[in-house]
Amino acid sequence: MMRIEPREAPGRLLTLGVPVLSALVALALAAIPLMLAGAPVFAAYGEMARGVFGSLFAFSEVLTRTTPLIFTGLAAALAFRAKLWNIGAEGQLYLGAMAAVAVGAGALDVPGWVLMPLIVVLGAAAGAAGMMVPAVLKTRFGADEVVTTLLLNFIVLIFVQMMLEGPLKDPMGLGWPQSAPILDQGMLPQLIPRMRVHAGLILALVLAAVAQFMLARSVWGFRLRAVGENAHAARHAGIGVNRTMLSVAAVSGGLAGLAGVSEVAGLKGYLTADLSPGFGYTGIVVAMLAGLSPAGVVVSALFIAGVFVGADSMSRAMGVSSYLADLVVSMALLSVLVGGFFARYRLRLGPERPPGRGPGQASGKEQGHG
Amino acid sequence: MPPARLENMASDTVLRLDGLSKRFGPVLAVDGVRLDLRRGEVLALLGENGAGKTTLMNMLFGHYMPDDGRVEVAGPDGVLRPLPPGHPQAALAAGIGMVHQHFTLAENLDALDNILLGSEPLRTLRRHRAAARRRVEGIMRRSGLVAPLEVPVGRLSVGERQRVEILKALYRDARILVLDEPTAVLTPQEADALFENIGAMTRDGLSVIFISHKLREVLAFSQRIAVLRHGRKVGEIATAQADERQIARLMVGADTPGIARETLEPGAPVLELAGVSLRGRSARDSLSGLDLRVRAREIVGIAGVSGNGQGALAAVVSGLRRPEAGQVLIDGAPVARPDPRAMIRAGVGRIPEDRHRDGIVGAMSVAENMVIERLDSPEVARRGLLQKRRIRAHAEALAREYDVRGPGIEAPARLLSGGNIQKLILARVFDRAPGVILANQPTRGLDMGAAAEVARRLLEARARGAGVLLISEDLDEVLRLADRIFVIHDGRLHEAASREREAIGLMMAGRAAGAAA
Repeated sequence: MMRIEPREAPGRLLTLGVPVLSALVALALAAIPLMLAGAPVFAAYGEMARGVFGSLFAFSEVLTRTTPLIFTGLAAALAFRAKLWNIGAEGQLYLGAMAAVAVGAGALDVPGWVLMPLIVVLGAAAGAAGMMVPAVLKTRFGADEVVTTLLLNFIVLIFVQMMLEGPLKDPMGLGWPQSAPILDQGMLPQLIPRMRVHAGLILALVLAAVAQFMLARSVWGFRLRAVGENAHAARHAGIGVNRTMLSVAAVSGGLAGLAGVSEVAGLKGYLTADLSPGFGYTGIVVAMLAGLSPAGVVVSALFIAGVFVGADSMSRAMGVSSYLADLVVSMALLSVLVGGFFARYRLRLGPERPPGRGPGQASGKEQGHG
Repeated sequence: MPPARLENMASDTVLRLDGLSKRFGPVLAVDGVRLDLRRGEVLALLGENGAGKTTLMNMLFGHYMPDDGRVEVAGPDGVLRPLPPGHPQAALAAGIGMVHQHFTLAENLDALDNILLGSEPLRTLRRHRAAARRRVEGIMRRSGLVAPLEVPVGRLSVGERQRVEILKALYRDARILVLDEPTAVLTPQEADALFENIGAMTRDGLSVIFISHKLREVLAFSQRIAVLRHGRKVGEIATAQADERQIARLMVGADTPGIARETLEPGAPVLELAGVSLRGRSARDSLSGLDLRVRAREIVGIAGVSGNGQGALAAVVSGLRRPEAGQVLIDGAPVARPDPRAMIRAGVGRIPEDRHRDGIVGAMSVAENMVIERLDSPEVARRGLLQKRRIRAHAEALAREYDVRGPGIEAPARLLSGGNIQKLILARVFDRAPGVILANQPTRGLDMGAAAEVARRLLEARARGAGVLLISEDLDEVLRLADRIFVIHDGRLHEAASREREAIGLMMAGRAAGAAA
C-alpha cells in the first residue's frame, strides 16, 4: 500500500535541488530514445556538450537563444505568481516585434539613441496592450484567461501575416512576406564582434534582476504575491485584486513583447511570420522549471537554450533527429512537475512500520535545520 | 433483542483504543491514548483545539494510519479483535459509523437515496428501494430521528441533514457512532432533541462517542468524559462525579481566569446600519432592511444559528459586499463607496470568520501578514518599496505583545496553529486601535486559552472606547461578552428582550420572543 502525506515546509535544499535533479533525470531519460535511434549515447551527449561549450561561438549561440526565453519566461513567471494564466506570450511577442518594425523600419529616421529606446518602449507597450485585452475581459466579465490568451495567439499570428502581405510588406523583398529591415541605428548592438549575441541579453538580465527585486521588496510585488497566494485574504485586506491583476497583465505582456523586440531588433533585423519557434510557449516551461522565480528563469532559460542548441549540433553530428531537444525539454518539465510534487508531499510505502521510528521523526530533524 | 441480555452486556467493552499514537512532522498529535467504550454508553471526548480529538477519531475510522497502537472492536460474539489500520471500509464493516462536522451528503438526491448510497449496489438501488424504505422507517421509529425521505437533501434544514447522516450510519448497522461536534450547527432546542434521541438509541445497544467543546452538553448528556490535552488522555471521569470547573481545569491544565465585564456607559454611535438590504444567492445569504447601532464602549452580540445572514452582515461591515439598499455609517458619517479599503481607513478592525481563507495569506510570512492592511503607511512602505527593517521590528514587537508563537516572523503564516493565526489577526486589528471592531466567530475552533485571550482583547477595546459587533454561533459566548443581544434569523435582526437561554434559543429557531410557547 502507498500513502501520500503533505510535507509541512519544504526545505531550501529541496526547492533548489528539485529543478536541478529534474534536469538531470530528463537528460538521463532522453538516452532511451537516443539508444533506440541507434546512436552511441555517450558520444551523442559529448557532441551535445561540445555544441554548447565547445567554443566561444557555440556558447554565444546558446546565449542568443537564451535571450528571448528569459523575456517570455519572466512574462510567464510573474503572471503565474499572481495566478494570472497568461498563455499568450507567443502572440504578445509578435505584437512587440510588429511594433518594433512599424516604428524602426524607416518610419522614423532619427538617431539611434532616440530610435533604439523608442523601439524597445513601443514594443513593450504593444505586448502589454495585447495582454490587457484578456485581462480586462477576465476582471470585467470573468472570462477565463487561459482560453482568451491562448486563442489570441492565433488571431495575432494571422494579423501579422496579413500585415506582412499588406502595409508592413517590404517593397524590396522580392515578394516574400517579410517586413522592411529595421534601420541600422535602431538595431540593438552586438556584444561580441562577429557573433550574434546582442544587447537584448543585457536587457533581459537587468529585467530579471529588477523583477526579482520588485517581487520581494516592492509594494507592487507584495500585492502580486498576496493576490496570487490568496485572493480572498488580499481582498479582505483592502488590496485591489483587479487592479493588481491588470498591472501584472501589463508587465507580463510587456515582457513578452520585449522578446519580440529583441528577436527582430537584436537578431533578425526584419519580421517574418516564423520569427518565433514557440518562444512564448517555451517561456511557460522555463518559468515552471524555475519555480516561478525571476532569478531562476535566467538559469532555466540557459538550460533549455543549451538543450536546443546542443541537440542541434548533436543531430548534425550523429544523424539523429533534432526533435530530441523537444523531448528533453518536455521530459524536464514532466520531471520538475513530478519533482515539485515530491517536494510538497512525501510518499510512504507499506501499511505497517516498526513503531517509534517512522519517517515522521526524520522529517522532524529536517525541520530543525530549516 | 430481549432487554435482559442487554443489561447483562451493558458493561461489556465494544471498542478499545490501545495505545494509539500519531505524529505529524515534529508534532505528536496523539500520544499513546488508551480508551474503552462500553456497550450502550455515551462517551464525551473533550479537549482544547489541537488536543488530538479529531486525529484520534480519524485513526479509529481508518482515515489515518496510527504510528503505534491499535484499534480493537468487539465482534458479534463480544470478543475484541484488532481492526486492520488505515481501512475505513473495515471500520464500516465492523459497525463503526462516523458523522463529520461537515456533512457528506449529495444535495440533489433525496434523503433515502443518500442513506442507501454506498451500502447498496447501484444497479439494485431501484429494485430494493421499497424494502430499504421500510427498513429506514423502522430505524426512524426506534431512534426517534425523523427526516423527510423524499425531499432533496439540499432543501432540508441543517438539523434534518444531520439526522440523515446519523440514519445513514444506522442503516449500515453501526453499533458504534462517532459524532464530531454534533451541535455546532444546531439551536439549543435541536441539540437537546438530538441528545434525547441518542439516549433512546443507546438503550437499544448503540454506543456513542461525541466530540464537543461545550461543557454544558457534555455534562448533561454523557455518562463518561475523557479529556485530551496535547495528545494525551489526561483524565477520565464518570459524568455524575464531574463538575464544570474540574473539567475545564483538566482541559487547559490550570484554572481559566474568569471574565469580568465591568459596566460602562456607552457613548456616541460608532457603527450604524440604516435599512441595509442585500440579496444573496439564497434567503440565508441575504439581509432585509437591517437597522443596527453599535455605540462606543459597548459590545453588541449577534446570536443565531449558522447560515441565517451572519455572513452577509459581516461582509457588509467589512466592506466585501455593497448593500443594495441602505447605508453604512461610521462615526455618524456615511461610507460613500464601502469596500475593504474604505472600511479599514474609516477605522473598522475586522476579525474574519474564516481566518485561513480571509484572514491570512498562508504562503506569506507572519511579518508580511501583520502589515497587509497598512501598505499605504509610511512605516511600511516608502516610494513603493517595503521597509523591510521596520516591518520586521514591528512584527517582532507585535508577536511579543500578542504572544504569537510559531517558527518565527519570517516563516510562512500557514505554519502557525489556528490559535496563533487568530492572535496574528488580533495583533493586526488591535494594533491600529480601531473605533469599530467586527468580530465574526472570533473564537471558533480555538482552545480555551486562546479564546479567553480573544475575549480579553475585545473587552479591553470596549473599555478603550471602541464599539464591538460580535457575531457568534456560540450563545454562551454572546451571553458572556455582549452588552446588548440581537438574534439574526433569515436575514432579519430582532433584539432579545431578556438574556435567558431558553427565550433566545426560541428566537434563533425563528419564533418571535412574544409568541414563544
